[in-house]
Amino acid sequence: MSLTFFGEGGRGKGDAHPAPMARPSLPGRLLPFSLLSSLFSRKATFEHGIHPAYHKETGSLPIQRFPFAPKLFVPLSQHIGKPAVSIVRVGQEVFRGEVIATANGMFSLPIHAPATGIVEAISLIPSDTGAMETAITIRVYEADGQEIRVRNPQPLDGLTGIELALVMQQIGVAGKGGAVFPTHAKLIPPNGCVIDTLIVNGAECEPFLTCDHRIMVERAQHIMTGIDYARRVCGAPRAIIGVEDNKPDAVAALIAALPSDGTVTVKVVKTKYPQGAAETLTHALLGREVPIGKRSSSIGVVMNNVMTMAYVGKLLPLGEGMTERVVTVAGPAVERPGNYIVPLGTPLRFLLDHVGAHGSEVILGGPMMGAAISSLDIPITKGVCGVLAFGKKETASQRIYPCIHCGECIKACPKKLNPTQMGLLSAKREYDLMADKFFLDECFECGCCSYVCPSHIPLVQQFRVAKSFLKDRKKAA
Amino acid sequence: MSQPIELRAAPYQHSGSDVPAIMRNVVYAMLPICIFSVWQYGLSAAALILVVTLACLLAERINNYVSGAANTLSDWSAVITGVLLALTLPPSFPLWMGAVAGLSAIWLGKSLFGGLGQNPFNPALIGRAFVQAAFPTAISTWVPAFSPNRFAGFIPTTLTAPFMSPPDIAHWIKLQGMDAFTGATPLARWKFENVSASSMDFLTGQVTASAGETSAILILLCGLYLAFRKFLDWRIPVAVMGSVMLIAWAFHLAQPARYPSPSFMLLSGGLMLGAWFMATDMATSPITPRGIWLYGALIGILTVMIRYFGGLTEGVMYAILIANAAAPLLDQFNQPRILGGKGGKS
Repeated sequence: MSLTFFGEGGRGKGDAHPAPMARPSLPGRLLPFSLLSSLFSRKATFEHGIHPAYHKETGSLPIQRFPFAPKLFVPLSQHIGKPAVSIVRVGQEVFRGEVIATANGMFSLPIHAPATGIVEAISLIPSDTGAMETAITIRVYEADGQEIRVRNPQPLDGLTGIELALVMQQIGVAGKGGAVFPTHAKLIPPNGCVIDTLIVNGAECEPFLTCDHRIMVERAQHIMTGIDYARRVCGAPRAIIGVEDNKPDAVAALIAALPSDGTVTVKVVKTKYPQGAAETLTHALLGREVPIGKRSSSIGVVMNNVMTMAYVGKLLPLGEGMTERVVTVAGPAVERPGNYIVPLGTPLRFLLDHVGAHGSEVILGGPMMGAAISSLDIPITKGVCGVLAFGKKETASQRIYPCIHCGECIKACPKKLNPTQMGLLSAKREYDLMADKFFLDECFECGCCSYVCPSHIPLVQQFRVAKSFLKDRKKAA
Repeated sequence: MSQPIELRAAPYQHSGSDVPAIMRNVVYAMLPICIFSVWQYGLSAAALILVVTLACLLAERINNYVSGAANTLSDWSAVITGVLLALTLPPSFPLWMGAVAGLSAIWLGKSLFGGLGQNPFNPALIGRAFVQAAFPTAISTWVPAFSPNRFAGFIPTTLTAPFMSPPDIAHWIKLQGMDAFTGATPLARWKFENVSASSMDFLTGQVTASAGETSAILILLCGLYLAFRKFLDWRIPVAVMGSVMLIAWAFHLAQPARYPSPSFMLLSGGLMLGAWFMATDMATSPITPRGIWLYGALIGILTVMIRYFGGLTEGVMYAILIANAAAPLLDQFNQPRILGGKGGKS
């Protein structure tokens, strides 16, 4: 039901800079006379939540370009919705930027060739879900310069919102936060909904991840351009960019790039996990709550990630397809962590070998909401914001004690659910009771409950099982 | 790099807190109270704390053995039960009865319900309730603090042979040269003689009481340590103390001659130890925000009611046990409003 709920917000919020966290907020440092007023103004935030170790060391490193792997594996389904339809055949030569698979309907996206080369195979490869999926394998020309060879610029002035959305669909941008919702579809207001605010999510609250942070520092202008197009589609008269207060350089860069008409503002929010989730950031910035079972659009809000906006702003005027993305590669088992522009389809093995990883566990996304993967043949896709490698020390298992009713999970849950009670019920497989009485479906799986549990009970993990069970049963019925 | 071999589910980061650390810190917080108790009552108090704690550990280990479960001594919860139980017993309590209290606390109060976290009642209080019913005389026999010979030997009752009644110690108390000692707790003296003790005596521990209930100020400091380390929920003791103060103040205002001052109610008996160390037992207290406040208030109300209108001189133990029983109900009827739930701003 609620993929859009944590759409842009849920997964890939990371930020940067452990050091600036301790310093006062940006206005406080830049303008000493405003110190007094900042004492009385409460920084926007949500209730509950946690303060994990942030590990944002890569936030100070500039984005670097990553080399092309000898072979790229480009899945046809890199977004939520219908997979793209391949229009190439084995042995065909493809140019970087060329459409190699077309969108299958409105709720789908085309795929562009991430490199110039030859289609070697269209076959099944492993995916992060564990299932096999169809992908186009491209053997990359070694001698080629790999510049973008195919662009399809279109006039954008004077288009209506829907028309602009259709053009936007052709560049193939999906949400960069982790839920990979097709951006054009997300921006179109559902029937009867009036969008009054576009929230641009620059919170990046997940530990380790800093790609959004670097994008805000280095590509603020792209973000502003993207916001402009996005507002034309969704019809929002204003946009608010929410950034956690541990990224003062990002805030400064954004403020410097703001349009002069005042319709776009930057709002600094407290550094707290999961500040970047859709519900919590909306609540922090606007004080609005998304009613149970409804979508953000029902309260006049549409949310997009800063990196999504940056890519829309960069690609849409050029008519260029999505062929690469910025990915944070980090973790204790990575020798050269950083933010890299990685061609889509780059296999993780190539990526991790190049940064000197030697761990025993690889995670796509952040450490709070990401997913461990079982194969290094899985490629980088549009929704991968981070690749983390953990070693033996981090993966050591912990003894699980019985629940002692300490209530820490209740104090941590940003949705104010009752994870204690749900944990006890899930142990007895009372899944229906969890859904009927304790709002299981409202859990967006941020993982705060498991993070704080002194008994090391895998709470959110059990909730996922419960949700899957109920979903499967509903499907079967 | 080689193929990943670990495949866990998110989240991959943890706060680092764990159950033994919480339990250990509660034990640390009780150590100053134990030391003060030993300084006040000498060898007998030391022996009592030791024997009751060992009895609890023994009961826990036997239970592990019988049920085939892993060793649970390492979670430190049985130590808490033992020390806490010993602190609520009179210092002259015979050791064998202390051992009975320890065994019944773990077996009747905890193992019976499935061990750590499963017990509906505070195990230490179950142990105390058991021996209060079994040995009514021994549990209401009090001895003076700071007797000059307290480190030279045991109080005669301490070494009573198992299954025997303790000897009369009136003669021994006379020998200690403590003429002012009356053999009754301040609460009993108030109830039966209408004599109120001074607050200063309570704060510094110059009163007749159970082994660990004498110094209100020490209990407060130890409790505050736990509250600041977030090992106990500060709302519970605040609610207990606040409600006791409020009700006692109202009664005192109406009939100052009949009812004692609020500070007397707050500092006397087991209220401080109960509010900070027993009512806050995580397994037996509510977890919902409103439920927590109501739970604390319920303990306060019941304590005052039992002390004023009940047959017993002290009501903290039963007040907490009754509130323990009510905790699941308090939770059930006070589920917090979730984000996006009815009544929110949207």
